[in-house]
Amino acid sequence: MKLHEYQSKQIFARHGIPIPEGRIAGTSAEVKQIAEELGGQVVVKAQVLVGGRGKAGGIRLAKTAEEAQEFANLILASEIKGLPVRKVLVDEAVSIKQEFYVGITNDRIRQVPVLITSGAGGMEIEEVAQKNPEKILRTEIDPLLGLCDFQVRDAALGMDLPRPLWKNFTEIIQNLWKVYVTCDASLAEINPLVLNAENHLVALDAKVIIDDNALFRHADLADLRDMDAEEPAETEAHKFGVTFVKLDGNIGCLVNGAGLAMATMDILSLCGGKAANFLDIGGGASAEKVSASLKIILNDPKVSSILINIFGGITRCDEVSKGILAAVTEMKIDIPLVVRLVGTNQEQGLRLLQQTNFTAAETLYQAAQLAVEHAKESVS
Amino acid sequence: MSILAHQSTKLLVQGITGNEGLFHTQQMYQYKTNIVAGVSPGKGGEWVLDGKIPVFDSVKSAVEMTGADASVIFVPAKHCADAIFEAANANLPLVVCITEGVPVQDMMRVKRFLAQRSTRLIGPNCPGILTPGETKIGIIPGNITQPGNVGVISKSGTLTYEVLYALNQAGRGVSTCVGIGGDPVKGTGYVELLEMFEADAKTDQIVLIGEIGGNEEEAAAEYIARYMTKPVVAFIAGVTAPPGKRMGHAGAIIEGREGTAQEKIKTLESSGIRVAQHPEQIPTLLN
Repeated sequence: MKLHEYQSKQIFARHGIPIPEGRIAGTSAEVKQIAEELGGQVVVKAQVLVGGRGKAGGIRLAKTAEEAQEFANLILASEIKGLPVRKVLVDEAVSIKQEFYVGITNDRIRQVPVLITSGAGGMEIEEVAQKNPEKILRTEIDPLLGLCDFQVRDAALGMDLPRPLWKNFTEIIQNLWKVYVTCDASLAEINPLVLNAENHLVALDAKVIIDDNALFRHADLADLRDMDAEEPAETEAHKFGVTFVKLDGNIGCLVNGAGLAMATMDILSLCGGKAANFLDIGGGASAEKVSASLKIILNDPKVSSILINIFGGITRCDEVSKGILAAVTEMKIDIPLVVRLVGTNQEQGLRLLQQTNFTAAETLYQAAQLAVEHAKESVS
Repeated sequence: MSILAHQSTKLLVQGITGNEGLFHTQQMYQYKTNIVAGVSPGKGGEWVLDGKIPVFDSVKSAVEMTGADASVIFVPAKHCADAIFEAANANLPLVVCITEGVPVQDMMRVKRFLAQRSTRLIGPNCPGILTPGETKIGIIPGNITQPGNVGVISKSGTLTYEVLYALNQAGRGVSTCVGIGGDPVKGTGYVELLEMFEADAKTDQIVLIGEIGGNEEEAAAEYIARYMTKPVVAFIAGVTAPPGKRMGHAGAIIEGREGTAQEKIKTLESSGIRVAQHPEQIPTLLN
């Protein structure tokens, strides 16, 4: 789960990482007032969960409170990469002498946390990694031992940080490590960390991503989820414990298991079709869950045929059929339905569906072919 | 011999009194898995399955009393790391973790801890191990496959069943099937299992099932090209998956240009591995 900059900065502040003075606002009048309180010169920053806000005009430096209000009007009325801007962060302007990059994230390949530091701050770190990989220093962290001070000093040395700042830098990085651990972050990033005119290090931007698997022990963070950044159907599916990802094809898919759901999408493509979604009902799904999932698929007006592929183990085919029947009866749909049921209670499941207008398939490949044919027929 | 799990394996079930644990204990028992004990803190002294399996408060006491040499974990995600630490602390040689949704940082700590121990972990977020005709540790349906000479390694659950089913339809049996799990940080990876299958007298060829995310399939391809004499057939799910979206499994996400199915397939094929376009094609590519 991605957190907004202002949310991430609140977490930083609680962990003793210096941030610019600033406040969050939802209207331009509020922005003006905050700007006045902060002395006029402020940065107005769109709070949306996508990168490249600056280039999209979502970050503006204002010289006066009035100008801040004007910028806020523009930004709050805009969309950035399809996401509406509902809030802006108003931060005091900071004079910048030097910019650095620091971040702690999971190294998937080495399977340990890694501290990434660079003297090339303020740019997208992926870009730096590509163009100037020598400017990036990676420090692996022992997850049982934690981040050691000597490792931070090595990182400081690696980015030519002036010696008088080492102590201050070590404090900040150790606090960032605390953020990473206590919040179960998969990323805790400061880009840029700046050296201001007073020779202090300040986190000008903040980015924290929380591991979804760990949200059970962070109820306070789970509440920060921004629904605007999510596809409404995905949020709806989440409520039922179903994993749903919207895609741009026209064949709805309902599958049990993530790997099988991906494989089902792939076979549709192999047969010349395109999946409208990824949908995994999980293991042992109830009729209610199946029915809710099918309704989510049916709510997509682009869907012109549906492929249901169930490999019953803990999931019972008859339970799935009951769910299909409930949804079909309630929604009164006439979209062609191709069903492939294999495994636990397969016969009972197929028998239940005899009263509906569906096509049964034996193999997965055959099911995909039928779904693609049906989709083409309904479109033409 | 098959790998990891055999008829002689003495299994204990961690989280045996929970819904999932109890249900699958029953299923494993029906498959004739030698289940010697269950662990459920606070319920030591009880029995499950009509008095057939004793329940202990701790893994240590269960191992002392029954001589269990493998464990399967069904405890909820929030207690999972602790359950693995407990099993490793009791020096169990094999731990299979079925639980889904274990926090990544927990797994990184587990992984580092296990590096100094003799315990092998399979999973988490995996369907477990099935040695057809001998034993089943986990949740893979036993009735969809038969004993044979094909070794199967997979990151997925139901997709694995689909492949076992397709193999069975084609009359092909399996030596051992191992689900390694779909999480980014896990106990055992492809390469270690490929090594075991290469050394296993019962296995003549291997099916490797992968998916988007990470670079483990690429590492497996390199290992196969260098060290394997037995033929390997692969299938990679997620050719049509969009970047940046987590496709169910925590590890199944294309990040930037890394982890795409296309890249994995290319690497596998250029290492001389046959890659199936869909699961039902796999049996036709075997020798």
